[in-house]
Amino acid sequence: MIEAQLGVAPQPAPPVNRAHAAKVIVKLEVREVVKELADKVQYMFWTFGGNVPGPMIRVRKGDTVELHLMNHPDNAMPHNIDLHAVTGPGGGAASTFTAPGHQTQFTFTALNEGVYIYHCATAPVGMHIANGMYGLIVVEPESGYTVVDREYYVVQSEFYTHGAFREPGLQPFDMQRAINEDPAYVVFNGRDGALIGDRALPANVGEKVRLFLGNGGPNLISSFHVIGEIFDNVFPEGGTVANHQVQTTVIPAGGSAIVEFALQVPGTFILVDHSIFRAFNKGALGMLKVSGPENKQIYSGLEVDEVYLAERSAKATEALKGSKDGGDSLEARMARGKAVYMGTCSTCHQLEGQGLASVFPPLAKSDFLMADKQRSIHTVLAGLQGPVEVNGQTYNNVMPPLANFTDHEIADVLSFVRNSFGNQGEAVNDAEVAAVRAELKQPAAAGHP
Amino acid sequence: MAPVPGGSYAAFYPVKGEAPQPVAPFWLDLQPVTNAEFLAFVREHERWRRSRVPRLFAEAAYLSSWAGDLELGPDAEPAQPVTFVSWFAASAYCKSVGKRLPTEAEWELAANPASDDPLALDEIARRTLAFYARPRGKLPRAGDTPPNAHGLHDLHGVIWEWVADWNASLALADNRQDRDPENDAFCGGAAAGASDPESYATFMRFAFRGSLEATYALHHLGFRCARSTPP
Repeated sequence: MIEAQLGVAPQPAPPVNRAHAAKVIVKLEVREVVKELADKVQYMFWTFGGNVPGPMIRVRKGDTVELHLMNHPDNAMPHNIDLHAVTGPGGGAASTFTAPGHQTQFTFTALNEGVYIYHCATAPVGMHIANGMYGLIVVEPESGYTVVDREYYVVQSEFYTHGAFREPGLQPFDMQRAINEDPAYVVFNGRDGALIGDRALPANVGEKVRLFLGNGGPNLISSFHVIGEIFDNVFPEGGTVANHQVQTTVIPAGGSAIVEFALQVPGTFILVDHSIFRAFNKGALGMLKVSGPENKQIYSGLEVDEVYLAERSAKATEALKGSKDGGDSLEARMARGKAVYMGTCSTCHQLEGQGLASVFPPLAKSDFLMADKQRSIHTVLAGLQGPVEVNGQTYNNVMPPLANFTDHEIADVLSFVRNSFGNQGEAVNDAEVAAVRAELKQPAAAGHP
Repeated sequence: MAPVPGGSYAAFYPVKGEAPQPVAPFWLDLQPVTNAEFLAFVREHERWRRSRVPRLFAEAAYLSSWAGDLELGPDAEPAQPVTFVSWFAASAYCKSVGKRLPTEAEWELAANPASDDPLALDEIARRTLAFYARPRGKLPRAGDTPPNAHGLHDLHGVIWEWVADWNASLALADNRQDRDPENDAFCGGAAAGASDPESYATFMRFAFRGSLEATYALHHLGFRCARSTPP
């Protein structure tokens, strides 16, 4: 006679590690308890063992299981239990109908191996399940499961509240929403954020991980995926036939799955229901935080981050061809300045210097530009904000400072714009730019990216 | 007590072919029986005191919220409904004051006055559900909740209440099987078989009654009495 060691999610029950069948005693206490469903959101959960999901039960195929169900005297409702691993009426529900302050017992033989949901089946059944009364019973094959480095126990389910997602306060159950299959919450392990932040599941590079997965429903099917990982093995529906190399596996409502994968690189790997709005807007999101050495060959991390000009790049390249540093003649400056202009300034001021009506002022025949050379140097170095009047129109936008261009480059581009697009004026030389830069107390530029 | 007009009660879990049953007019207590009233009863009827009652008539939790045989104590205020009383004890109390327990049909009729007003029905459901959603706090004093159309208080959302024939709806322990037509003999009929499948508040009441035995004395279970003739 063995007293079962139960697992409280996310920890699994320990492997059975036994070469023969045995009689196993399992004791489950039903508690109706108010707990947090999300930050500042409370809910009256009906639970096995005080938690959602209920504890993981783990036995061996062929075991005789003596199941005790206790209904705490402070509870208001009767409860029972249906274990999908049981062959017999109601999966046990017919023999465990228990009033508050009472306990019942029945015994079954675990004829079949697999991963099975258990849940309460007292009328109204949907409500009992919706309030959190489910968990997993794992019936190991006679030879047990292969040894892995880490096992976790994760159950997805929904909650149907009057209030919206994360609306604070004690939220009552909403039967109409449950009938409409319109949950406010779709979560792992009984609450929004159960596997986030400091509750994330830890693991290490090099480890083989197994997840025992359940779906308590009551309504939705899960499309389970771990972002950044591929499942080496999947036992769909908790059965015995393995699938391999799977990205996303389906967990039926009232069903289960086992997934196994090896960890090759560190990082945070996100568990989701890939019906993706459930992950981002209803809470179906958890974290597996993997520590250890990087492997840049498998995953390099960010290698390049630079400007992308798209169709503008053609003009810039063309301009660059003529821009070998040919000295400080106006011609040479115009050629180099054009390259700078096409590569950067044209983003806002456009390819013909025409600007964008009511957004970016034109440089073409611009009275503002040509009126004051010093001001134009200052504008490139320090940027410009606030209302300006250009060619009779008011513009009020933000030009960022471009002080990372060298004095040489700024002199070139200003010479270019002051002699293009219908403008005609003096060139600008490096010393003039340097002088304004000194006034602005800016450091020397590194050069443009 | 208040008069409750007679009517026709359609069973929540009807047997196939069962017609609604006629219910004669009756009188029902305005509120549940209180600790003070039950204390007066056990003072006079020694065999119903906690230390004297046979287990055949009340299980070990009988009057467990009281401090002693004749002492209420801090957990049982005189004006609160008495709980932790068995069906046998409740029946004996009602008999001692010239009354009886209401039948399930009478209780359900009194608690669900016929109404065209959907808001009235919604309110009943809301109160019942709020009861189950709330953390278990102190019991209110009897009579504290607003009266319904018959002038009766506390029928929803305070405590469960014994009826004379709580075994009349033999919902099976596994409530999903009740829709099996072979179960006519068991008067079963959950979900699709129930007369109002969306009244989940009613489901909870019937499921609760189905879980009882006559000796049970439970934390949230009390009673009130009825009469067929005016008091």
